[in-house]
Amino acid sequence: MLQLFLHLLLLLGLSPLLPGVIGKTKALFAGRTGPPFLQSYYDIWKLFGKGLVISRTTTWVFRAGPVLGLVVPVLAALMVPFGSIGAPISFAGDLIFFVYLFGLSRFFTASAALDTGSSFEGMGAAREVTFACLAEPTVFFSFIVLARLSGSLSLDVMFGQALNTAWQSAGPSLILVVACLFVVVLVENCRIPFDDPNTHLELTMIHEVMVLDHSGPDFGMILYGAAMKLFVLGALVVRLVFPGSTGNVWFDTLLFSGGMLLLAVVIGVVESTMARLRLLRVPQLLVGTLLLSFFSLILLLR
Amino acid sequence: MDNYNPANLLLLLVILFNFFLLGSSRLNACIRTVAIQGGILSLLPLFIHGFSGHSLFLAGGAFLLKGLAIPFLLLRAIRQVHIRREMEPLIGYVPTLLLGTLATAGAFIFSDRLPLIEAHRGSLFIPVGLATLATGFLMLITRRKAITQALGYLIFENGVFIFGMLLAEAMPLMVEAGVLLDLLVAVFVMGIVMHQINREFSSMNTGQLSSLRE
Repeated sequence: MLQLFLHLLLLLGLSPLLPGVIGKTKALFAGRTGPPFLQSYYDIWKLFGKGLVISRTTTWVFRAGPVLGLVVPVLAALMVPFGSIGAPISFAGDLIFFVYLFGLSRFFTASAALDTGSSFEGMGAAREVTFACLAEPTVFFSFIVLARLSGSLSLDVMFGQALNTAWQSAGPSLILVVACLFVVVLVENCRIPFDDPNTHLELTMIHEVMVLDHSGPDFGMILYGAAMKLFVLGALVVRLVFPGSTGNVWFDTLLFSGGMLLLAVVIGVVESTMARLRLLRVPQLLVGTLLLSFFSLILLLR
Repeated sequence: MDNYNPANLLLLLVILFNFFLLGSSRLNACIRTVAIQGGILSLLPLFIHGFSGHSLFLAGGAFLLKGLAIPFLLLRAIRQVHIRREMEPLIGYVPTLLLGTLATAGAFIFSDRLPLIEAHRGSLFIPVGLATLATGFLMLITRRKAITQALGYLIFENGVFIFGMLLAEAMPLMVEAGVLLDLLVAVFVMGIVMHQINREFSSMNTGQLSSLRE
């Protein structure tokens, strides 16, 4: 019970802090003061207090997009161990469920964008699913590597104690997996080398364009959902990098939170030091990442 | 197999650089990557054979040639002929990357089936050597510009060097020095050829060499 409570508390409470930390890091690089750490909380709070404008051409699909965008990360988070705090729900094969939960939310976000009938949003939806279908095999290859190392098909065990021995027996493969999953975190959360979360009304943007027509509480749900998605996917990377456990639940929680904030700082550094890729180069890089994850599997199997 | 052996990690880096080379379109970045790859390879003799006069000579010679001299020559060459990127490879970057990965996978599988002596079984040297050879071949086949073909040749030589590491104790210094010298001369010749192609056709496209002119 405590586990479940702690899990949800971390997810719901800490996730909007990550965009704040990323923003601060970027501001530091640019020599600005930047918005306060808690800006995302304010934004979400403000949006939930606002009215809702819905286009007459839309159907229930348009409302379902943000709701699924909010619910899916919560469900997915229940299958992921946060640091050494085990996952509340776990069963054999939940890694497939995990990946396709995000697939479901993506399907509805894209459908909601198409539902508005705007050609601009349709273009964004097309780009989003193109990149997603290139990122998905990378996730699977990485998971297969971890599944083979731990001998289990559930995320809780794959990211559990087995990692400690895995780092000793298959270090090089795991380094590649960490790199691949980090790229997946960036592309799935529309961070800079792939998509710029700050641009609006620009022909190169991908994710932002799909949610242009959402307003008020709906948009709040999207922002909150996006923050939680970043948190859940980031948790996988953090767990891979810090596989240890001290035994004390509270200390572990603190350690994990520190790891997440560190990840946010790293993302901020990447965003500040890299330029956005040209759209044509993005699939190329994603295919490269896919091949890298495939190679990590070969390295393990030989 | 000891995964934390520094030599194995270096070889892993070499493979990553192979992928990068196959996927990158910027000549500057490619030349620098080949330079770094050569530099990394030049550390290998020290890691596997320890600090002896022989291995120090190998490492020093390889570092000077592969890491410094040849990249410098190539960088100068592209500065002179004003080209920045390979525009039209015969096969696109993504398909070449795919081919490269298949070749790498093939190299790993193939080297498991080779009848090797006990000491070399399970070591990364042979698969990585084969994979680097394949990468060099791919570069040579798929790119049009003379300079990327020269790069392919260099990568190919890096693969040969990795193989040579296994034999370093048996191979006399003169042979090793000869290989490196050959390489240097080859790059010189390539540089001159590139200059000539560029002057005659005002482009570095080797495809134009096969078209007849009045």
